[in-house]
Amino acid sequence: MEGQIKTQPVQLTKDDFVSDQMVKWCPGCGDHAILHSVEKVFPELGIPKENFVVVSGIGCSSRFPYYMNTYGIHGIHGRAAAIASGVKISNPELSVWMITGDGDCMAIGGNHFIHVLRRNLDINILLFNNKIYGLTKGQYSPTTPMGSVTKTSPQGTIEHPFNPGELVIGAQGTFFARVLDTNPKMMTDIFMDAARHKGTSLVEVLQNCVIFNNKVHDLITNKATKDDNTIILEEGKPMIFGKDNDKGIRLNGLALEVVRLGENGITEKDLLVHDPDHSDTGIQMMIAGMTPPAFPMALGVIRRVKQVTYEVLLENQIAHARETSPIKNMDDLLRSGNTWSVE
Amino acid sequence: MQLTGSLFSDAAAQEGNVFATFPDYPAEIRAPQGTVAGVSGYQVHIGSKPIHTSGDLADVLVAMNPASLKSNLKWTKKGGIIIVDTDAFNDKGFERAGYAKDPLESGELDGYRVIRAPITNLVRESVKDLGVDHKVAGKSRNMFALGMLYYLFNINMETTMSFFEKKFRSNPLIVEANRRVLTAGYDYADTIEVISNTFNVAPAPLNTGTYRNLTGNQATAWGFMAAAEKAGRQIFLGSYPITPATEILQELSYHKQFGVKVFQAEDEIAGITSAIGASYTGSIAVTTTSGPGLSLKSEAIGLAVMTELPLVIVDVQRGGPSTGLPTKSEQSDLLQALYGRNGEAPVIIIAAQSSGDCFYAAFEATKLSLEHMTPVILLTDGYLANGSEMFRIPSMKDMPAIHPPIAQANDPDYKPYLRDEEKLRRQWAVPGTEGLRHRVGGLEKWDITGHVSHDPLNHQRMCELREEKVNRVANFIPKQEVVGPEENDLLVVSWGGTRGVILEAVQQMQAEGKKVSMMHLRHIYPLPLNVEEILGRYKKIIVCELNLGQLVKYLKINFPQYKYHQLNKIQGLPFMVKELVDACNALLED
Repeated sequence: MEGQIKTQPVQLTKDDFVSDQMVKWCPGCGDHAILHSVEKVFPELGIPKENFVVVSGIGCSSRFPYYMNTYGIHGIHGRAAAIASGVKISNPELSVWMITGDGDCMAIGGNHFIHVLRRNLDINILLFNNKIYGLTKGQYSPTTPMGSVTKTSPQGTIEHPFNPGELVIGAQGTFFARVLDTNPKMMTDIFMDAARHKGTSLVEVLQNCVIFNNKVHDLITNKATKDDNTIILEEGKPMIFGKDNDKGIRLNGLALEVVRLGENGITEKDLLVHDPDHSDTGIQMMIAGMTPPAFPMALGVIRRVKQVTYEVLLENQIAHARETSPIKNMDDLLRSGNTWSVE
Repeated sequence: MQLTGSLFSDAAAQEGNVFATFPDYPAEIRAPQGTVAGVSGYQVHIGSKPIHTSGDLADVLVAMNPASLKSNLKWTKKGGIIIVDTDAFNDKGFERAGYAKDPLESGELDGYRVIRAPITNLVRESVKDLGVDHKVAGKSRNMFALGMLYYLFNINMETTMSFFEKKFRSNPLIVEANRRVLTAGYDYADTIEVISNTFNVAPAPLNTGTYRNLTGNQATAWGFMAAAEKAGRQIFLGSYPITPATEILQELSYHKQFGVKVFQAEDEIAGITSAIGASYTGSIAVTTTSGPGLSLKSEAIGLAVMTELPLVIVDVQRGGPSTGLPTKSEQSDLLQALYGRNGEAPVIIIAAQSSGDCFYAAFEATKLSLEHMTPVILLTDGYLANGSEMFRIPSMKDMPAIHPPIAQANDPDYKPYLRDEEKLRRQWAVPGTEGLRHRVGGLEKWDITGHVSHDPLNHQRMCELREEKVNRVANFIPKQEVVGPEENDLLVVSWGGTRGVILEAVQQMQAEGKKVSMMHLRHIYPLPLNVEEILGRYKKIIVCELNLGQLVKYLKINFPQYKYHQLNKIQGLPFMVKELVDACNALLED
């Protein structure tokens, strides 16, 4: 179909995408792991290397295009979604990737972010969420937990943070997944899922800033606490989690609750079965909103629904107009309608 | 009312007249009817000799209610004809318009020829047996007045009749109602004795060719499409609706048959940044806006300067600052276009000089942008955008070719910021092309390789190269022309949308034997190479602008050796011929 990426068997390896530029992120930054995962995913997609375009805004994460050997645009603050939209609409055959951070995406770029989602252009967005402004050295961001002490909130922030998943689903996004920068295997798998999704995909990568917000995701990443505070979602499977796999998520009335298997006669059958493909957003919204310590943080694909993309609809309109319009060129147009001759 | 005006100009053109129009409408879509703020007007100037403006003062004013009389009487010639709908001249109408008493009786119209026509009732009468309701009848009041004008100006009604048939194809009743009302108006004017003589405007001597009516905004959109056809590349327009630029966005939306891609963005910034993405991807990228939107786009224009990508930014100027006068015209964005960005960020600036010239200006802006790999700001204004004139239709084979510097696949010598010697432009390497993968962005670039660089000397070199690249465009634009003798007592300097009225004023003075010449600038940055020399050949220089003196500041910076006089008007209105003539005469006699 017009407006879809054509895949073909091309033999590529990670080396085809590794850039010759020095990677200048801080040692220990979560961004390195994300870069490696993306370098692994690109050669697996069957897309010619000339057909990738990586677009970013401003921030630490947004240096990403310089570190990938593809076509790329390092844009201006907050505008990556709009730039990427222009690239994709201009040539729907390109595989367009947008790299952004919590400030770039949801503060200065908030408007473009919600609109790219509702339009459902086939763009893959990786949102690096470290809950802090790194490049400007440590001010709070739209995802910084309320009460956090930062350079611009010495007495603690007094703002309610955004949950990116809730924004994506609220804006009618068709794909939302969440991963940790500490789990490269899962990152690679989820990035593949995102790439294959026809429509805007958003993957929130909970990423650690070693300098300005170190261990912000500690509860869900360190060995001792992570199993009791995260749940790995699996399509069609009951939602079970915990170090001993003994806890689950149940729908009780209109709300989710954490239950213990075996307690009060609760079995797996009572648990919610994860369905990312369900068109209704209600339960997916609740899953995206689950926050430790009351709930485990949901990881994996939370929402993934099929919907025609913007560029397919546009190309169809163009094809229809080309077919039906009696005006084939500018000479036709200039002479259409009321004209008069002077001799 | 806007429709009535354009029907009149179309019909007059069929008679062989030339015309220029000036629609004047309120900022509010449904401003309170009957109040002065709610008056929607349309000024039409037709002529048997070439005309360049929509005219200073009207020979005929049609006032459909007291408010339109109140707001437009000052634009009507003493002794001119005023047609009023007496059915709308009642106490309620006087109160809304702010008249203490009936202006038809108060004596303030003494010296005008007033035609009192009970238009509302005559319209109702003429369609009564058709069974249409009062609402429909009310809507066709303007057609009655139009019919009267056709009689007055000896204009054939057929053009308008066939318009009705096309427009209301699906509703024969409405076609018939409008036909009857138009005819009734014509016959009424013919019958009543008060119209003692009619205007007979003879056909104007025009160059041979085929003509059409085209508004400035339409012409701008068509100019881009013509450039796209010549360059063989698709158009991408990223734009957000804003008065008075919206019609360019609308017009391009209707031409998907040419593969035009129109992206109605979520805001002005998304409009331009999506266009930059499209430009990187090989499209002819355009964004359209008006003054406040140009402010919002400033940072992104800098990105296009830094990435050295082609992009045309159209600013249809309106009254400012801030929201200002959205539906009124002004020339007050010149300095913003020249300097309104952070850093050293030169762009080409072209100013269209008539509604029809918007076509050629958009074409040229695109050509220069593509061939020199740089953003271009195209300045038009609300007056040009909504106004229309007789547009002589060009043949596409006569339009110049456009050759963007597309990089070839697998070129072993390709470097993102390698330049050609003549134009200093870099090559355009489009995603999807084998062997040319590269990154661009807003950070400073190493010369040639395009890698990120913070090197001090490299930054200076790159700033100089970007400026020199735009300066060299002066070698690729026409020499500046002067209307009138090459040496003279007075040179009138102007730019952009004021050309028509200034030309009329200058020609009038020349006919009176005054030693006046005219230099009207279309290329603002870079200036044509001979401007400096021209300025030196006149005893006095007067710079006429619809702002507080922006071009004159720019000229003073560039050519400080000359003394400049100024005529500045900033009322949301075009110049009048008389204002220009008076200012010039004062200087000549000084």
